[in-house]
Amino acid sequence: MKGMRKDLLGLEDMEADEMKHILDETVAFKEILFRTIKKVPTLRGRTIATLFYEPSTRTRLSFELAAKRMGADSAAISVATSSVVKGESLKDTARTLEAMGVDMIILRHGEAGAPHLVAQTVKASVINAGDGMHEHPTQGLLDLFTITEKKGRIQGLHVAIIGDITHSRVARSDIWGLKRLGAEVTLVGPPTLIPVDIEKTGVNVSYHLDPVIPKADVIYILRLQQERQQAGLFPSIREYIQRYGISRERLSRAKFDVLIMHPGPMNPGIEITEDVAISTASVVEEQVTNGVAVRMALLHYLLGGQPYEEAA
Amino acid sequence: MRKLLKGARILDPARSLSEILDIEIRDGTIARIARDLSPQDCEVIDLTGLVLCPGFVDMHTHLREPGQEDKETLETGLRAAARGGFVAVACMPNTAPPLDQRASVEYVIRRGLQIGLSRVFPVASVSKMQKGEELAELGDLAEGGAVAFSDDGKPVSRAELMRRALEYSRMLDRPIISHCEDLTLSAGGAMNEGYLCTKMGLRGIPKAAEEVMVARDIILAETTRARLHFAHISTRRSVELVRDGKARGVSITAEVTPSHLILTEEAVSGYDTNAKVNPPLRTADDVDALRQGLKDGTLDVIATDHAPHTREDKEKEFAYAPFGISGLESAVSLLLTELVGRGVLSLEELILKLSTNPARILRLHFGGIQEGSSADFTVLDLEKEATIDTGTFQSKGRNSPFHGWKTKGAPVLTCVQGNFVWGEVTRDSRPARSPVMV
Repeated sequence: MKGMRKDLLGLEDMEADEMKHILDETVAFKEILFRTIKKVPTLRGRTIATLFYEPSTRTRLSFELAAKRMGADSAAISVATSSVVKGESLKDTARTLEAMGVDMIILRHGEAGAPHLVAQTVKASVINAGDGMHEHPTQGLLDLFTITEKKGRIQGLHVAIIGDITHSRVARSDIWGLKRLGAEVTLVGPPTLIPVDIEKTGVNVSYHLDPVIPKADVIYILRLQQERQQAGLFPSIREYIQRYGISRERLSRAKFDVLIMHPGPMNPGIEITEDVAISTASVVEEQVTNGVAVRMALLHYLLGGQPYEEAA
Repeated sequence: MRKLLKGARILDPARSLSEILDIEIRDGTIARIARDLSPQDCEVIDLTGLVLCPGFVDMHTHLREPGQEDKETLETGLRAAARGGFVAVACMPNTAPPLDQRASVEYVIRRGLQIGLSRVFPVASVSKMQKGEELAELGDLAEGGAVAFSDDGKPVSRAELMRRALEYSRMLDRPIISHCEDLTLSAGGAMNEGYLCTKMGLRGIPKAAEEVMVARDIILAETTRARLHFAHISTRRSVELVRDGKARGVSITAEVTPSHLILTEEAVSGYDTNAKVNPPLRTADDVDALRQGLKDGTLDVIATDHAPHTREDKEKEFAYAPFGISGLESAVSLLLTELVGRGVLSLEELILKLSTNPARILRLHFGGIQEGSSADFTVLDLEKEATIDTGTFQSKGRNSPFHGWKTKGAPVLTCVQGNFVWGEVTRDSRPARSPVMV
């Protein structure tokens, strides 16, 4: 299966078999993270650039550690200190990176479709590390991996995704991944934060949280961007917490083995209470660890064999 | 200079004319129309097998001059118009600075005459600097040659200003052209709101952003009894609102673009910024309603909304790329292929929507095929097969989602006041001027 794709732009165009293959490979890469010497030479001599147009701590570090542990060289370009501030276009920036011999560009961008533009421009592989409200496919894969690891399967599980679905790229990638692998998905949030026609992906939508909680095997809580309240999408943070905040009390009706997930960074006391975040049901830290393993598997998957253009 | 055009089928639906006749042109005017005219020291042009119809008028173009000459100039835009079969275009005032003063309007007219290709008729701003705050000097602009008023590119957001513009325009007998968009509803959106938009993670422009303004403006036109023309209608509900308004006798007219008649939102898949246009491409259901509205007369006009942009402008993140499609040079071929060729409209209906109706709305006194009229006409070759190639565009704007489309039927000769401003008539007995460049 290696060398079959140049880029990873989203999970929408990834079939179940390909997802399963990457998740299977991740098991082996995760083992490396628990060795004393956390490094293999697999990608020695390959060069990876992270190009981030939005602030990020965990995603960027996760990619950089994944690259280092695979033996690749990595370079980080921050927009604030790059020639982008001089008005260089995304296309030109991508061409410049390619001219310096970069094999892969990992792009985080505030606007949907930016990775597609870069992927069309350069021969290097492109991984979408989050583009606007579109997708965050590596987050999707690490979430699938975490659920599989804890529950042994995805097929037949009921996953509730709670919060601002409209503006969430994580939700979109998770929806594609979970539906392809056979989960039942219920989105929970106020109508103003549920995107138009999202039911067509095959998910259920509920505006009410409490009836969903007892049915869920996984409760996936999205970060609430507080500026959405100023935009008039819901009346107040207080009312949001009343209706959608996940607290220990609310979880008393949940299944005993429910998993609590969150893509981070959290707003403790808003979408999730502190005690739930650190409870035994919470796998938030495992998500972070698995993020490195999944990204190692992906780097290997996209770069590990021959370069894409030679194999094609 | 006299010209004798022989053998074309003369098709002027407004005069119920459909016959193979010869036309003699003298001093820019149609001197005679008759069967088998014999040449008497004049140039003879054989148009056998072709259709000659009233000159097409594009009442919605953006020619970008003054101020945005990197996107288009009057010269390149008018050359594109001539090539596209348009004897005249009305150009929108969202230039830099906008056409909100008589001197600017007169500049455009003067440049148009110097260039000497298709005719250009400026549309002037409704408001000073198109800010939507104070009325521009509509009277002075009309006297300078403005044929209509519009803040196109932007709506007139304040209902009170729209009311006053409509009232004031009544004494000038010029229509107000409304770009219907409630900016609080379109709110930075980049494409039609719906499932595709949700999947692509883009901000959506709901249909309501257009429809609430169409509804508002019909009511304002009704109460002011002024003439109002709707630019680029894109949704089923808008068509229904216009239909209802017309049924009540409100003096409204409306246009639709070839893009909205032919494409759906699917064209933006893969983040193709060449299909990013405002209003956005909608759904198949809207396309059906637009076609029905065109057929039943609710929509009077097909206008290109020619909006040229540079490659650099369009090769951007989807949200950052400007709206607009370069449309002058593909419109007629596409309409012949996709509407006439597929039985949506008859050729006669298409001609009305492209010539007679826009000329009537803008009170342009030319274009009819009758003796004594100015010789302004478009010749079509209904059999000509071609592939749209933006690389051949005379417009600076190569931004078209139709690149590579196969077409059957094309404008081949554009005649303005007896001058061939574009000709691709190449069969042997004809003067092989291919293309005629001025």
